[in-house]
Amino acid sequence: MASGWNAIWEWANPRKFMGWTDKALPLVAVLAAIVFVGGLVWGFFFTPDDYRQGATIKIFYIHVPSAMMAINIWVMMLVTSLIWIVRRHHVSALAAKAAAPIGAVMTLIALFTGAIWGKPMWGTYWEWDPRLTSFLILLLFYIGYMALWEAIENPDTAADLTAVLCLVGSVFALLSRYAVLFWNQGLHQGASLSMDAEENVADVFWYPALMAIAGFVLLFITLVLLRTRTEIRQRRLQAIEMRERVQG
Amino acid sequence: MPDLGKYAGDVYAAYGVSLLLLALLIWRSLARSRAVKTRLKDAEARKAARAQGL
Repeated sequence: MASGWNAIWEWANPRKFMGWTDKALPLVAVLAAIVFVGGLVWGFFFTPDDYRQGATIKIFYIHVPSAMMAINIWVMMLVTSLIWIVRRHHVSALAAKAAAPIGAVMTLIALFTGAIWGKPMWGTYWEWDPRLTSFLILLLFYIGYMALWEAIENPDTAADLTAVLCLVGSVFALLSRYAVLFWNQGLHQGASLSMDAEENVADVFWYPALMAIAGFVLLFITLVLLRTRTEIRQRRLQAIEMRERVQG
Repeated sequence: MPDLGKYAGDVYAAYGVSLLLLALLIWRSLARSRAVKTRLKDAEARKAARAQGL
């Protein structure tokens, strides 16, 4: 077990991380493009209208994956932030930083598509419903998290403070996920996709939705690897430039 | 093209804006990656030149 854990830390060593991601990134990017485009094309062109929601069901293939990613990216940031706090592992902190803009865009897409879908279904673009409100707060946390990284010059201090912000924001990420269960007065329905066959949507919508979700996950993996590599290079660049300034 | 009926505007807006946001995110990530890679390459070349006393 101990050697397994050691292997994980070794793979996350900056030099080793740059090595294996250099080979893995093109493969993941191609797979992401195929699955992402495949899932959306399947959902948009080859699925029927819903008997109650009509053609607006097509929005489902973007709204649900982006909303799931918005929450799960924050959870990934929480895990990597905790690793930073406990192990002082630089790649973890940089991975959290790299993931934040992707999470913010996913949250924005979930809010926008939700509003567009809400108008014909609920008669309004926006309602201060528990899930919608907690998603808006999650977006504000993403923006605050990115701003905090930019505002602090010392990267280790920035990693410490953003990790604390990430811990606090996790409450809202969890609320976004479970708000529908905590309060019953909202407009938003419960989970559309679950492992429980009785609660699930029909297979004709379920399979393309699964593919779209897989596409969003792969897109996230591609982007977070790319952006983490950039952050590692940026850190190395800052170290060289700092040495140059000191040496005059 | 599927017949989206009276919801065509809603569906196209949802897809259009979402894909645009994702395209911007991908473009921004690639552009920053390229820019940082170039700057690091230059900095490492300067460092190597300095180490050789040039």
